Amino acid sequence: MYPSIHPSIHLSTLTSISSSPVIIYVHLAVQQLQTLCFLANFPLAKMAAQEVQPSETIAKLKSESEALKTKLEEERAKLHDVELHQVAEKVDPLGQFVMKTRRTLKGHGNKVLCMDWCKDKRRIVSSSQDGKVIVWDAFTTNKEHAVTMPCTWVMACAYAPSGCAVACGGLDNKCSVYPLSLDKNENLAAKKKSVAMHTNYLSACSFTNSDMQILTSSGDGTCALWDVESGQLLQSFHGHAADVLCLDLAPSETGNTFVSGGCDKKANVWDMRSGQCIQSFETHESDINSVRYYPSGDAFASGSDDATCRLYDLRADREVAIYSKESIIFGASSVDFSLSGRLLFGGYNDYTINVWDVLKGTRVSILFGHENRVSTLRVSPDGTAFCSGSWDHTLRVRE
Amino acid sequence: MAQTNSFGQTSNGEADDSPNMLVYRKMEDLIARMQDEKTGIPIRTVKSFLSKIPSVFSGSDIVQWLVKNLTIEDQVEALHLGTLMAAHGYFFPISDHVLTLKDDGTFYRFQTPYFWPSNCWEPENTDYAVYLCKRTMQNKARLELADYEAESLARLQRAFARKWEFIFMQAEAQAKVDKKRDKIERKILDSQERAFWDVHRPVSVYGLQNDIRSHSPTHTPAPEAKQPTVEELQEQIKFWQAQLDRHRLKMSKVAEGLLGYTEQYADYDPFLSTPDPSNPWISDDTTFWELEASKEPTQSRVKRWGFRMDEVLKDPAGREQFLKFLESEFSSENLRFWLAVQELKRRPIREVPSRVQEIWQEFLAPGAPSAINVDSKSYDKTTQNVKDPGRYAFEDAQEHIYMLMKSDSYSRFIRSSAYQELLQAKKKVGPSTLSTKP
Repeated sequence: MYPSIHPSIHLSTLTSISSSPVIIYVHLAVQQLQTLCFLANFPLAKMAAQEVQPSETIAKLKSESEALKTKLEEERAKLHDVELHQVAEKVDPLGQFVMKTRRTLKGHGNKVLCMDWCKDKRRIVSSSQDGKVIVWDAFTTNKEHAVTMPCTWVMACAYAPSGCAVACGGLDNKCSVYPLSLDKNENLAAKKKSVAMHTNYLSACSFTNSDMQILTSSGDGTCALWDVESGQLLQSFHGHAADVLCLDLAPSETGNTFVSGGCDKKANVWDMRSGQCIQSFETHESDINSVRYYPSGDAFASGSDDATCRLYDLRADREVAIYSKESIIFGASSVDFSLSGRLLFGGYNDYTINVWDVLKGTRVSILFGHENRVSTLRVSPDGTAFCSGSWDHTLRVRE
Repeated sequence: MAQTNSFGQTSNGEADDSPNMLVYRKMEDLIARMQDEKTGIPIRTVKSFLSKIPSVFSGSDIVQWLVKNLTIEDQVEALHLGTLMAAHGYFFPISDHVLTLKDDGTFYRFQTPYFWPSNCWEPENTDYAVYLCKRTMQNKARLELADYEAESLARLQRAFARKWEFIFMQAEAQAKVDKKRDKIERKILDSQERAFWDVHRPVSVYGLQNDIRSHSPTHTPAPEAKQPTVEELQEQIKFWQAQLDRHRLKMSKVAEGLLGYTEQYADYDPFLSTPDPSNPWISDDTTFWELEASKEPTQSRVKRWGFRMDEVLKDPAGREQFLKFLESEFSSENLRFWLAVQELKRRPIREVPSRVQEIWQEFLAPGAPSAINVDSKSYDKTTQNVKDPGRYAFEDAQEHIYMLMKSDSYSRFIRSSAYQELLQAKKKVGPSTLSTKP
């Protein structure tokens, strides 16, 4: 008789009928139901496995957890008395948009992976697959600084609030800060400061409202807050069950929260002070590539490989809108709101940018132009334009 | 043909939820619908000179089908989607190596499921060598190698010089099997095999097709989830319990909130209302930015301070005015405390302990010069925190002060004559009026 294959961890000791060797089975994994057997001085031929009580605690706790989760969904649904787009029927529809590319930034020799705006509303930092990080004055399209990172796939970059530094990282598992020098000839790489250390790739980074702290997310499944000057870890955030791909800080002046999205299809809202996850949303069907707060801070949008963007409201504690179309089958890689929150821009892996009416749930515009995946998209700090970066090596600023 | 090839096919025999597979499956659903007998694209055999072209449909057939069945408003969008599907190799132009979709009479054919990308093909150069070699053995004009293929073959011959005999033998064997097939079937299979190689050994070095197979290192298959431990489950239960206890708002209320915010800021959204005097990105004129950065705020900026207290705190000019107002009421210590704590959180961790002491001395210690009023609970907590100072030592006190300012000082500030004068004084035009520039 062999132990029944049960998808849970349990440690079972058993005694055979005839003698008393102890065989310990440790059952691992769910999908493939693999069993790992350690046999201690007991010949295989005589193996008479007989299961003794499966751990009741684990099974009981699991069902309790599941029950609570179901109850939470019920409670959330109870307050769903109307759909957002229904309430939005009274809002004037948006007119036709003419959004043209106003600037094209060429200079990266490889896929552009990430970009960020400077608070001065015109400068941009961008990073690419070949390790290059470039600071541009997007208004004049001049390149102002360029650094070559020692690693490839620089997936994250951020501009410091003061405009005097940039942070970046990727397959080197680190986040490094480069102070920007006014002297064009100075070698930026010399002043590089390693701040964050993860055990897997860096997927996103962002300064808090100061040059002195950086928030990072990583393929190791965690987010972390770091003190830039000392490199000290101030707080770590555990809760994602897989790679964390994106994060965004809440826009409030008193804000101590941020949201992160990951390959576990979850979007988590965190308290920076305590490190606790304070809210969690799991309605996407695939990896969440991008999260961005609605400008009031009461809601956030997400873009996912399931080809949808979704809006989650923090006070309603649930998903309140889905932005999707039958003809959009490629994943959304990055999302951002216009200043009033009325428009949601989504960059997709099918090379297009779809512009959504956040309230009515309809698509107002589709923008072509990039010749490969759109990998990153950010609206400028004063909302006058948005910039998209693509695997076609270029960045485009559009209004 | 299929059996004798040795493609490096990987499949793990289970439902693969990776992002690429998601897209493949969606495209394959579309293909299935396109091939439906009743509602799909009509596939036909076309007569041409002395021969027949079997199993084809035109590019515009595809575009029309997509427009109709996916309710796409714009032909351009349908063409774009179709081009992506072609680039992945789901259908291909029968007389071209470049896999794009043209909205005209160009003939296309469906790829056989055996060659679909969802089978995770990773064909080796040896496979390509066998294929090209086989092509040279077959005496047909339509199978003549293109220039880039001839170059590739020459390159591969040099690279695999030692095992060329083996490659040759494989090619011979395949050619033999092919000869046995029915003529029409051969035509179709040959074109499908060629399309397969157009995906995996594309003609252009840079372009649409080349990056189709490119993958981001972030989207690696997720490791199998470990079973949770007792402690983890207990944490989970605590979490769900806390979530259940959370206070939730009704959707109708939340929706009104979102609508209200969007409406309030619509005038300030450059995508909805033209900025005054112009959007710098369109006009190449940076006046708008200069106005926003100036110490003298425009009327629209002042108006925005009235929306919520955060707007005043965000804008340096707003902070200055608010502070001035509070000073006139002899209650500026609240704002100064709040600003000092904000600044504390921005400093490097090294400076925190001394800053905490400074703030404590200035605002909270007995006999402090700028004593603020906090509730006793926050005061006690803060007293404790200061003993072991961290960045959040004053968090409770700061929150209390923020609420106090919001409910009391801020509303008085907005109603004050100082603010009202600022709001009316500057006769600059509002953001929605366009100014004319010579």
